[in-house]
Amino acid sequence: MTDTSKDITILGIESSCDETAAAVVVNGRKVLSNVISSQIDIHTVYGGVVPEIASRLHCENINGVIRLAMKEAGTGWDGIDAIAVTRGPGLVGALLVGVSEAKALAYALHKPLIGVHHIEGHIAANYISHPALEPPYVCLVVSGGHTHLAVVRGYREFELAGRTMDDAAGETFDKVARAVGLGYPGGPKVDRAAREGDPHAIEFPRGEVKDHPYDFTFSGLKSAVLNYINMAQMKGEEINVSDLAASFQRSVTDSLVSRTIRCAENYGIRKVAIAGGVSANSALREAMKAACEERGMECFYPEPVYCTDNAAMIASAAYYEYLAGRRDSMFLNAEPNLKLGDR
Amino acid sequence: MKILAIEASALTASVAITEDDLLKGEFTVNNKLTHSETLLPMLESMAEISGISLEDVDAIAVSAGPGSFTGLRIGAATAKGLALAYNCPVIKVPTLAAMAYTLSLVSDSVICPIMDARRGQVYSAAYCSDAVVLEEDARDIHSLISRLNETVPEEECSYIFLGDGVPVYSDIISAELEGDVSFAGADINRQRAAGVAVLGSVFYNKWLVRNGLTAEAVRSAGADAISCFDDTVMNSDNLAPEYLRKSQAEREMEQGVLEDPGQHSLKKMQSGGPRRGRSES
Repeated sequence: MTDTSKDITILGIESSCDETAAAVVVNGRKVLSNVISSQIDIHTVYGGVVPEIASRLHCENINGVIRLAMKEAGTGWDGIDAIAVTRGPGLVGALLVGVSEAKALAYALHKPLIGVHHIEGHIAANYISHPALEPPYVCLVVSGGHTHLAVVRGYREFELAGRTMDDAAGETFDKVARAVGLGYPGGPKVDRAAREGDPHAIEFPRGEVKDHPYDFTFSGLKSAVLNYINMAQMKGEEINVSDLAASFQRSVTDSLVSRTIRCAENYGIRKVAIAGGVSANSALREAMKAACEERGMECFYPEPVYCTDNAAMIASAAYYEYLAGRRDSMFLNAEPNLKLGDR
Repeated sequence: MKILAIEASALTASVAITEDDLLKGEFTVNNKLTHSETLLPMLESMAEISGISLEDVDAIAVSAGPGSFTGLRIGAATAKGLALAYNCPVIKVPTLAAMAYTLSLVSDSVICPIMDARRGQVYSAAYCSDAVVLEEDARDIHSLISRLNETVPEEECSYIFLGDGVPVYSDIISAELEGDVSFAGADINRQRAAGVAVLGSVFYNKWLVRNGLTAEAVRSAGADAISCFDDTVMNSDNLAPEYLRKSQAEREMEQGVLEDPGQHSLKKMQSGGPRRGRSES
């Protein structure tokens, strides 16, 4: 173990999808700077993230983002103990920009280099928003690309209890939003529309995966929503978008919350966290909080800025890697298909 | 003047350091496409074995394209990280010009670097001494040859071809091009960081002279204190590769054939699985 009496300051770099981000974080929990350059406006034109465009923009923006994060942190390079970067999973071309940049910086500045798992970063975002949170807890990671139910046994010890069998939760939001004309990105648009709607107006199915109590499936729900829209159009009926959004969202939320609570109860864990872009969804937050309160469990979720992709969470996860002695060599590469818990 | 050069635009991974007119070290690999993994270890080894310190490098020259989109970004991001740390300028060197530069100094022939650009095209240009015969562009091999047949006067009809397009198209070139054709040898028929360093030094010296600066003055001020940068010698923040091609989604959008918005977007991963996007070389 590394000496923990001294503060450890880490520069984190994240470029796995469509956010170019850099942040400086002390001891995994205190954020000195958190800079995010989002490409969302550009990808919205194409109805989703275009990998080649994302990679080009990362390459153009990355130095400016790092420079700003360093300036806001005010530590200077001398005050940085290690450089951390998302090594996967993600879009390979996008990851490679951050990894190449981080390797060059670490080499030229003689700093330790730490490759970080993107999902572990999302989980670590909770440490930033809740400095008292410690493992063990159950964490639901939900985003446009991921739906994982992880049992977090230690800072670096994860058991993947459940995952989606088909679409990620956020992807289902995108598809439904596109089908009803709400546009991209689906999550926040559905969330907004649902606030005006009746979540019990339409009864959509909740997918269960046989013999896998912690896994998720959203393809049946997606088909049901598309069928509902087609039927309404055939009958010439107008769709109440708010009711549809609220009812769809209730179905997704019920699936996510019920599996998470079931997992926590069966594992005898009294703490539940959510993370990832979809954890910013207000209905999911409220439902998880209510379900936890009912059972006397504690519920944690990050502030919205730490839910979507950011580099503070990468620097936070890297802190525990640093303490455990992980140092990556200059051979570090992007790992687009990295699994949770892979080291 | 010490120039560090990086070349990762195609199969070649190469790093080099020149000091004035001396190539102090070079590490070139033409074997596998794992630049993201190997480029920094190559740099590390070159510096360590040669005993060259990189801390006081004057500028970092990078092969800026055209080439593999991913390779260009690995080279650019590496150069950007190094330049940010060393607080030095970057020199944006056109890949094809760097390949041709030394040959064009020593030969009266038309020098034709061609890079296999897939989709039946080559990234190509043509140079004769210090004149540009054909600007760099992505071309069909037959249109390259007919352009050369039209453009180059008969008395200059001698060519040297090089680049990874040669093994793909040498038969067509020999058959269709009017004039003497030869192909460069193994020491110079692919990209090399030494070539990027040499042409980069030429650009850097010209920039210094144009702005009444000395290398020492720039080194002691640091790149962040310089405001007279241009499109070739620049602050690393502004470096971006020259792809010569837009992304497929952009091309289709411009042509109005992007029928299904979202078709180019990444296929979101199933949990634990890959997040695959459409790969564009």
